[in-house]
Amino acid sequence: MRNVMAIAERELRSYFASPMAYVIIGFFLLPFGVFFFLYLNMFVRNSMQMGQFGGGSQNVNQQVIRYVLQNASVIILFIMPMITMRTYAEEKRSGTIELLLTSPVSDVEIILGKFFGALGLYVAMLAVTLLYIGILFVYGSPEWKPIISAYLGLLLMGAAFVSIGLLISSTTNNQIVAGVVTFVVFLLFWIIGWFADSAGPTIGPITSYLSITEHFDDFSKGVIDTKHVIYYLSLITFGLFLTAKSVDTERWRG
Amino acid sequence: MIEVQHLTKRYGRVTAVDDVSFRVEPGEILGFLGPNGAGKTTTMRILTGYMPPSEGRATVAGYDVFTQPIEAKRRTGYLPETPPLYPDMTVREYLDFVARIKGVSPGDRRTRVDAVMKRAHVDDMASRHCGKLSKGYRQRVGIAQALIHNPEVLILDEPTAGLDPKQIIETRDLIRGLAGDHTIVLSTHILPEVAQTCQRVVIINKGRVVAVDTPDNLTARLRGAETLYVQVDAKGPHVIAGLQKVPGVTRVAPADQRTDSGAFEVESERGRDIRRDLAREIVTRGWGLLELRPMRMSLEEVFLQVTTEEVEAAPTPSETEAMVEGEVPHA
Repeated sequence: MRNVMAIAERELRSYFASPMAYVIIGFFLLPFGVFFFLYLNMFVRNSMQMGQFGGGSQNVNQQVIRYVLQNASVIILFIMPMITMRTYAEEKRSGTIELLLTSPVSDVEIILGKFFGALGLYVAMLAVTLLYIGILFVYGSPEWKPIISAYLGLLLMGAAFVSIGLLISSTTNNQIVAGVVTFVVFLLFWIIGWFADSAGPTIGPITSYLSITEHFDDFSKGVIDTKHVIYYLSLITFGLFLTAKSVDTERWRG
Repeated sequence: MIEVQHLTKRYGRVTAVDDVSFRVEPGEILGFLGPNGAGKTTTMRILTGYMPPSEGRATVAGYDVFTQPIEAKRRTGYLPETPPLYPDMTVREYLDFVARIKGVSPGDRRTRVDAVMKRAHVDDMASRHCGKLSKGYRQRVGIAQALIHNPEVLILDEPTAGLDPKQIIETRDLIRGLAGDHTIVLSTHILPEVAQTCQRVVIINKGRVVAVDTPDNLTARLRGAETLYVQVDAKGPHVIAGLQKVPGVTRVAPADQRTDSGAFEVESERGRDIRRDLAREIVTRGWGLLELRPMRMSLEEVFLQVTTEEVEAAPTPSETEAMVEGEVPHA
C-alpha cells in the first residue's frame, strides 16, 4: 500500500508540475461554467414565468444540477483521455518504466498507483465544480442528498474511464496514439446508448446497458441503484485486470 | 552472489541471449563486454527482473529473479542504459521517490538521499529539475538512484556512456570505490574501461559468451602481436619476402589489399622491438624507407578479432588465448 501511495503521489505531482493539470482542469471548467450559466438562466426565467401564473414549483436539483452534471459527464468523456494517455505510454517512451519494473513493487501496486494518481487529478477537477454548487446553496436551498449521489456517480464513472484509459495507455509507447484511441473508445461507449431505441427489443437493452454515460442518469436523479454501482465497479476491475495482463504480456515480449 | 545458468532469451525468432552462464563472486566487479546488440542489455534486464528469460535461471543474492522477484529486486540496484529520470522532478524529489519504492524506511530516507547525492557528486544539483540536467549529471543521478537502498548487487548498463573524459575517470573511481561493499556487474564496449575497473570480464557476442577472462589476460591478448606500419619505395612480392627474413618478424601483409602501394603491416613477436633491424634491412636493400611507425591495434580491431571468431561452444580462457594466437600464420 505504501508503494501504491508513493506512485500515486508521484503521478499526481507530475500532473501539477507541468501545465497539464491546469490545462485539463481549465478546459473542463470552461464548458461546465457555460452549462451552469445556461441551465441556471433558464431555471430563473421559468421560475419567474411560473410565479406570474401563480402555480407550480420549480426544483433546482432536477432542473439545474441534474442537467449540468449530465452534460459534465460528456465533457469528462472528452477530457479523460488527456489525463490517462500519458500514464504508461510516457514511462515506456522515456524508459522510466524500467525503474518501476526493477523496483521491489508488484505490477498490481504500479497499476493501482497510476490509477489513483489519475483519479486524484479527476477528483481535484470535480472538487472545483463544487464551487458552482455552492453558489446555489448561497442563493437557494437545493437538497444535498441527490448532489452527493450525483457526485458519487461522477466518481464511479470517472474511475471506469481511468481504468480503460490506463489499459489503452499500457499498450503503446506513444501518448498521442493512446489519447486518440482512448477518445474513440470512450466515444463509442457513449454513442452506443443511442442505438438503444432503434436496435429493437433484444439488442436495445444490451447497447444501453453498455453505455457508460447512460448509467450515470439515475445517479444524477439522486438514485443510487446497485445495478449501476456494480456496472461501474465491474468495468473498473475489468480495465485494471486487463492492464495487468497487458503489462505482463509486454514484459514477456520484451 | 550472482549466478546465471544457461540463460536464453528469444524475441520471436531472434535469439538475443543464447545459453549464457557465469558467476559473480561477492565484492567482485565483473565487466560485461560486447559490441552493440550482443545481448548485454538483455542479460542485465533479465538479472534485474525487468523481463523473464525464455530458458535458464538467474539468482541474485540467493534469490531467483523469476520466482522471487521482489526479494531479488530489494537487493539489486540498476542503472539502465538511459537513466530513468522523471524530468519534472528535482533531483532530491526524484531520489526520495526512488527511495520510497525501493523500500527505504521513512526515517532513513533523508540520510540515504543525502548520502547517495554526495557519493555520486550530484549534491550541488539537488534542487535542479532532472529534465534540465546535463548528460553527465543525468548519468550520475542514475548511479545515485541505483545506490539509494544500499543494494548488495549493482547492475550498471554502460555507466560511462556519453560522459566527458573527466567524468569517465570520476565515474570509474566511484565504481571502484563501491566494489567490496557491493557486487557489481557493468557493461561496456570500451576495452580499457574493463581493464581499469573490472576484476573479471565476460565477453559476449551475438548472445553467446565468447570468453571469460581477467583483464590482465585480456590486455595480454591485446598486445598479442606487435605491428609496424612500413612504407618503402619498392613494390612486388620480393619486398614481402625480404621483410620476412628480418629476425623476429612473424607476418608481413600489404597494408592496402587493393593497390600495391609499397605499404606493409609487419607483425613481430611479442615484446621484441624489430624496428632497428627492419630499418637496416630496408636501407641496405636500397628500397627507400618512407615511413616506419608502430601500429597500435585499434580497439575496434581487437574487438572484431575476439568477437568474430567462430566458436562452437564457449571456450575456456586458455582455449581462446590459443585460438587468437593460432590465427596468426607464422612465416
